[in-house]
Amino acid sequence: MNKLNHTKYRILKDILARNVMLGLTIFSLLLAVIIGIGLYIKSAPILHDHSLWSLISSSSWRPFKGEFGFLPFIMGTLWVTLIAIVIALPLCLLSGIYLSEYAHPFVKRIVDPMIDILAGIPPVVYGVWGALVVVPFIGDVVAPHFVEYSSGYSVLSGGIVLAIMIIPLIISILTEIFAAIPKELRDASLSVGATKWQTIKFVIIRKSTPGIIAAVVLAISRAFGETIAVLMVCGNISQVPHSVFDSGYPLPALIANNYGEMMSLPLYDSALMLAALILFVIILIFNTISRIVLVRIERRFAL
Amino acid sequence: MKTMKYPTEENYYDEVLTIVNDKNKKTMPSSNSNAPHISVRNLNVYIQRNHILKNINLDIPNKSITCIIGPSGCGKTTLLKTFNRLLERSNEIKITGEVLVDGENIHDPHIDITHIRKKMGLLSQRPCPLPMSIYDNIAYGPKIHGTRNRKQLDAIVEKYLNAAGLWDEVKDRLHAPANRLSIGQQQRLCLARGLAVEPEVILGDEATSALDPISSKKIEELFVQLKEEYSIALVTHTLRQAQRIADYIVFMYLGEVVEAGPAAEVFNNPKEKLTREYLSGYFS
Ligand SMILES: Nc1ncnc2c1ncn2[C@@H]1O[C@H](COP(=O)(O)OP(=O)(O)O)[C@@H](O)[C@H]1O
Ligand SMILES: [Mg+2]
Repeated sequence: MNKLNHTKYRILKDILARNVMLGLTIFSLLLAVIIGIGLYIKSAPILHDHSLWSLISSSSWRPFKGEFGFLPFIMGTLWVTLIAIVIALPLCLLSGIYLSEYAHPFVKRIVDPMIDILAGIPPVVYGVWGALVVVPFIGDVVAPHFVEYSSGYSVLSGGIVLAIMIIPLIISILTEIFAAIPKELRDASLSVGATKWQTIKFVIIRKSTPGIIAAVVLAISRAFGETIAVLMVCGNISQVPHSVFDSGYPLPALIANNYGEMMSLPLYDSALMLAALILFVIILIFNTISRIVLVRIERRFAL
Repeated sequence: MKTMKYPTEENYYDEVLTIVNDKNKKTMPSSNSNAPHISVRNLNVYIQRNHILKNINLDIPNKSITCIIGPSGCGKTTLLKTFNRLLERSNEIKITGEVLVDGENIHDPHIDITHIRKKMGLLSQRPCPLPMSIYDNIAYGPKIHGTRNRKQLDAIVEKYLNAAGLWDEVKDRLHAPANRLSIGQQQRLCLARGLAVEPEVILGDEATSALDPISSKKIEELFVQLKEEYSIALVTHTLRQAQRIADYIVFMYLGEVVEAGPAAEVFNNPKEKLTREYLSGYFS
């Protein structure tokens, strides 16, 4: 009798545990939905006055005249993120491969914690460093070779600082991905007479393609949202950048710079909320697309 | 620390001399079916300062099946991995003594390591298809060694899938991912992949232990066919398998070769007490 009760109790606990965890999971998913809805409600006034298309395709940002064109900010975000990933990805791939395939365990023991430290430095420190070092370097040394004038406060500077910030993140994910590849797979390739490099090129990279994509997606999502470091080096001029040496004004910088100020202007706070919503949607679309791509690749190659 | 003690500069040249003398005395190993294909002389292997293989002396005869038996942990895998130099990929390995393949010392510092590995096809315990199609798995080795011609590759793929008895099962889905095959098929695919680079020796490390009885019988039969053209060294932990297919037996215990000889002799009339006990199931 007692034993029966005990069993019942255990089963009850099991059911309870499962439901509590399910509830918490749903709650965290709901949070995303709530944020989305909240932003939409807040940006409804400006969407009521202007069409969405005219807002995101116009590049004229004159809040005093009631002109809200988001194109410069959207393009600023895309430029900075693209530059960052173009710089970071090859570098991370090569150092990730070096660390997991070539480096002596001793080297790995020293480098791994250093990468973690890099990942832990606050963005504002990267921002200051960018403003002190990267901006003058771009403005005085690099840009004069290519354009007539650049202050150095540019999407390129933003991209570089951002790249440096996401590099440790990508490297540490990549080394984990490479470490998860079974030794037998490498042996299989080596034992038909492949060199180490051939093994890496044809087997390791291939096997870890889904992982590499996932790492890049994570890094890009992070890059889209990075605010303070980018804000300090991009120049923050509301224009659509036409070269990497032009200033830009990414969405997060726009929101962080202006929220809480000039709120008396009609539609201004609604416009900032729309900026946040646009950022939210960009990240959502981007993540959805990459997830679809990922599943396709995994299916296609049965990785 | 990776230390490759042997060979030093001096005894390398001694070695070359003895090889030359050997060749004058005997005929070329590959043309004489009695000459050993692999000769192991005073081989010692240390992993992280542990003495794993102790003074191994051993011949793997040409064009026959040599089964290496012994309780688990006695160093069978280590021995096979020394043969195709995969062992050195681990850390803190020290190897002394020599392994001669066709009279060539595989630890010769001047030797091309990929050349050694190409000569020795390794079939591992669990099948390990490369993350690509069935076709590309077979074509992988030949491509790496420079075959680019599509027609040639097609022919190679068909030839070795046939040799591994897999062609009829997969000919309609050559471009499907290899890991959609069953485990037994995967192992035959790995065998075909190894054969496609035209090795001289096939090394098998408990190659049937992960397979169902039918697949494992297929692989066994393949080995028996293949010994017409290849020298085969198989690690096996099932004595039955060794009794079915072995021409020669090597019995190892705690890192040493206890007894080696023709299968009939070792099974029917073992010289050593340890061998007798192992064969009668006294320990395993
Ligand atoms: N990478 C390694 N590091 C440390 N010890 C190892 C390593 N590989 C093998 N050994 C040791 O070498 C011995 C022989 O192993 P192994 O060759 O795998 O035996 P078998 O294949 O006969 O079962 C075992 O005692 C094992 O613990
Ligand atoms: Mg073993």
